Amino acid sequence: MSGIASREPLLRLSDISLSFKAIRALAGVGFAVRRHEVCAIIGPNGAGKSSLLNIVSGVYRPQAGEVSFDGRTERQLTPHQAAKWGIARTFQNIAVFGGMSVLDNVIAGGNLAFGSTWIEQAFRIGRAARAEREARERAERVLAFLRLQRCRHQPVSSLPYGLQKRVELGRALVANPKLLLLDEPMAGMNAAEKREMSEHILDVNRDLGTTVLLIEHDIRVVMDISDHVVVLDYGRVVGDGTPADVQNSPDVIRAYLGTKRAAA
Amino acid sequence: MGYLLETLVGGLLAGIMYSMVAIGFVLIYKASGVFNFAQGAMVLFSALTFVSLIERNVSFGCALIITAAVMVVVAVLAERLVLRFLVNRPPVTLFMATLGLSYVLEGTAQALWGADVHGLDLGIDDVPVSILGLRLSRFDLFASATAAVLVVLLSLFANRTRIGRSLRAVADDPLAALSLGVRLPKIWRWVWTLAGLVGFIAGLLWGSRSGVQFSLTLVVLKAMPVLIIGGFDSIEGAIVGGLIVGASEKLAEVYVGPIVGGGIENWFPYFLAVGLLLVRPAGLFGDRAVVRV
Repeated sequence: MSGIASREPLLRLSDISLSFKAIRALAGVGFAVRRHEVCAIIGPNGAGKSSLLNIVSGVYRPQAGEVSFDGRTERQLTPHQAAKWGIARTFQNIAVFGGMSVLDNVIAGGNLAFGSTWIEQAFRIGRAARAEREARERAERVLAFLRLQRCRHQPVSSLPYGLQKRVELGRALVANPKLLLLDEPMAGMNAAEKREMSEHILDVNRDLGTTVLLIEHDIRVVMDISDHVVVLDYGRVVGDGTPADVQNSPDVIRAYLGTKRAAA
Repeated sequence: MGYLLETLVGGLLAGIMYSMVAIGFVLIYKASGVFNFAQGAMVLFSALTFVSLIERNVSFGCALIITAAVMVVVAVLAERLVLRFLVNRPPVTLFMATLGLSYVLEGTAQALWGADVHGLDLGIDDVPVSILGLRLSRFDLFASATAAVLVVLLSLFANRTRIGRSLRAVADDPLAALSLGVRLPKIWRWVWTLAGLVGFIAGLLWGSRSGVQFSLTLVVLKAMPVLIIGGFDSIEGAIVGGLIVGASEKLAEVYVGPIVGGGIENWFPYFLAVGLLLVRPAGLFGDRAVVRV
């Protein structure tokens, strides 16, 4: 990697605006995510956090603005293009393939990595035999990394919530993404599960070098694990900096933590 | 006792024929949540194309390959010209589109090949053979073997190929599947192709039994109770539903029919389906929808 490329942010959003009919979800949002950092987006309900994540993963197309990723720029990103670039994600509500086994879920995450025809795949011949074996090996490494080996053959729908969330994370990781988007990875978890999930996210960030962009409501978790915090309010960026900067910014306190007057 | 057993097994084998039609519906329903009304038209279209090719002295093997290729083209066109524009529309819109598509297919089939009734001879005589003392139809046995091979191939495809895995992923959670780089248009072309090919095989079997004619589209009506009983989103359900419908309608005809004056075979499956709806609305194998409240 050249010096210039690594100093360039991995993801840059410029002037993104998104409306649903009369409702303005995002208005001129712009910020950058540096390589190898954990960046958290925080903000009250309806601030546009999930919309923003959906734009980066190609689910929503913004009416204005650009998404630049790893030196390439796109106005109308599709989910397929985002996946090809190396952007993987998890969802706010669990979005695992419940009827499939843990292993199959994780293998499905490597969807784009196969380079063989379906006939070769059906009969496990030619390139398909090797591709399938490699996909399984990759999936097994992810299962080991997230300590999921024991339940590899269970259907995901039979697992407890915390484990299902971990399977979803594994599915996103198997393609070895450059950027991992996590939409409220700890929603609905108890303290122990949250701690465990935080550790997994930090492991992914440190050991695999994956850049993480996440949405989280638990402010303590955010301050613990992120290097960079972006605050959204009513579809605008009202804070952008280190956790300490953001915590002390009067704008942020007013928008997110409640006004001084209301607190008093 | 022997007669009862013979009726039962005969009914089960006949039921396989219903399953073959039902599987075509299940494939598309699973992948897109759409009840494809055009499935019956695809059965007619493929059977009519095949038999017309045979009548124009195309060899059996060639006719098979050409018809299969035509069904692939139909699937691709359906996605390119119709489905592509209806992404994210409610299922009922897509259902109406398939209704329209069924008329287009039926019309095209008849414009191309005429509206005559054609005989279709697959070379398997519908004569009884004796197995373990039971007199069974040779044709039904052949149809069952075909269905068994078909199901094995479909499950190999679903479980061992990337497209198959993507299909199951889309059936489980379309949005999550999209985020993994799965392309919906491609998936739709695949399921419509598969449904078209399954419909083709069903069309060959049904056509050789009852002649290739317009009424072939009405096999949809036979598949309905099968789907209601088995569940719209389960291949196993389609098989078991077909067996139940086949066996019960034959048994009912033989044992209940005389009491009510016969003709029970046509409506008994619906009677059964309505009964099951009261107990298990999603069918025996169907997914019960879980709604967040």
